Amino acid sequence: MLKGRVWKFGDDVDTDVIIPAKYLRSVDQTVWPKHVLEGLDPSFSLKVKLGDIIVAGKNFGCGSSREQAALAIKWAGVAAVIAESFARIFFRNAINNGLPLIECRGISKLVEEGEVIAVDLDRGEVRTNNGMLRSVPLPPFLQEIVNSGGLVEYYKARKKVH
Amino acid sequence: MGSTAVEKIISRSAGRAVQVGEFVEVPVDFAYLHDGTGPLIVDALGKMGVEKVIDPDRVGIVFDHSVPPYSDQAATLQAKVRKFARSQGILKFHDLGEGICHQVMPEKGYVSPGTVVIGADSHSCTLGCFGLFSSGVGATDLAYILATGGTWLKVPETLKVECTGVLKGKLSSKDLILEIVKMVGTDGATYKALEFSGEAVRQMSQSSRMTMSNMAVEMGAKTGFMEADAKTFEFLGRTGPVVKTDSKTETVTVDAGSLDPKVACPGSVANVKSVVEVEGTHIDQAFLGSCTNGRYEDLYEAAKIIKGKKVHQDTRFIVIPASKTIQLAAQKDGLMDIFQEAGAIIGVTGCGPCLGVHMGVLGENEVCVSTSNRNFIGRMGHPKSSVYLASAQTVAASAVEGKITDPRRFA
Repeated sequence: MLKGRVWKFGDDVDTDVIIPAKYLRSVDQTVWPKHVLEGLDPSFSLKVKLGDIIVAGKNFGCGSSREQAALAIKWAGVAAVIAESFARIFFRNAINNGLPLIECRGISKLVEEGEVIAVDLDRGEVRTNNGMLRSVPLPPFLQEIVNSGGLVEYYKARKKVH
Repeated sequence: MGSTAVEKIISRSAGRAVQVGEFVEVPVDFAYLHDGTGPLIVDALGKMGVEKVIDPDRVGIVFDHSVPPYSDQAATLQAKVRKFARSQGILKFHDLGEGICHQVMPEKGYVSPGTVVIGADSHSCTLGCFGLFSSGVGATDLAYILATGGTWLKVPETLKVECTGVLKGKLSSKDLILEIVKMVGTDGATYKALEFSGEAVRQMSQSSRMTMSNMAVEMGAKTGFMEADAKTFEFLGRTGPVVKTDSKTETVTVDAGSLDPKVACPGSVANVKSVVEVEGTHIDQAFLGSCTNGRYEDLYEAAKIIKGKKVHQDTRFIVIPASKTIQLAAQKDGLMDIFQEAGAIIGVTGCGPCLGVHMGVLGENEVCVSTSNRNFIGRMGHPKSSVYLASAQTVAASAVEGKITDPRRFA
């Protein structure tokens, strides 16, 4: 069970606003969380605390395939991202790096910024001040990757060759 | 009952009949990456403990994002990927100055119709117009492919876009795809395959088709599929199976014959208007290039408009061919001279200013009209800059006038 304070964002949050391209070519990877979501809120990285939860509208993570977008959010301390829907490459990148994502219809209207919500990842439940919502469950295939701790660990456990 | 073309291609790869909605692990026929995603791929392979990629012949690498490197760190990261390519014996490695990966891979004939191709770049959906399944992934997914030869996929349903009529005059496939993004929306094809068909698609060049499939991801799609034909085979310099959809799909129809020039206004690729609605908007920069519209025909159409004229004194016009092959052909035919004589700046082939890092970054409150594919907040520079997306014709006409201009005003 996760419990965290909510930061709200709208629809179509793209990976360029999550982490602008000018920070990508960096040998020092600690740069990325320092600029997370800078395109929408320049002070977000200073305000976000370990264990906070991002709640967003539809198509979160659209745009570029940059995996730094998922890493910047995770390394900034965000415990999970809950959205109406996710863009597919961001979805894969987050799963592959062990950043929990919850696709949950109706969430953006139900919760308010700053509210503390509870998330049960195993049961796919999100409890808010205004009631409980059920998430779209992850298929068993992906649950296995998440349970392994990401795609690198999944590979090391299986070493399957096509 | 039949199947979609994408179902058939994934079925062939999986070695059994797959159905929409199924999660499958499939071998990948060809995978490619660039200098932007490469460093994290090399890191992931290191963490996996993989010393040798499974088949270096099925891997392409192109340096296109930082050409030439704009910082010591960009150069250091490129050196890491270059060393990786050499040590792995990857011969389909194209270093700085060869072009943009989505252009170079088909130009070299590395991909075949009917196959599964995955690229570590969101615009890998471009190659779907060669009658194959091609999709973009992130770095760790691509590392897994290099390690195992395969990946997991959810077999997508297909949304067909039937393009009736034929594009006329100064209209191009960019105007058509912008109109389609407006209809479908930025997430209207999420998790789906788009399939473009109809008379307009059959009539257009393979390069024009690439422009359309390139923007499939701007609607959330996995790929932008088109049936292969003689033009496809000629471009690739190889033939292959012609895979067709013979099942019912959700279909939307657009009439290419009745279009007027389109522009995607700042903030969202789906924020599409007719050029006439925003004509006269001041611009500081015009950019002709990128994996969307940096091909020979784009340069040719733009040169026709700008020949004998001058770029507006308050506008910088940046022209970057999508590959060295295109640049050499354009040079030979005098197109690059036309641009330079008009006052354009010619950049080194690659992604250029599309992602807002170098070679034409926008300052505060600056406005650019661009042939590229994204106009997100801050995409090409300052968070308070803005980008209008348009065709090569509209960009060239706007560069001359210093404001957004309908290319039909030029003979």
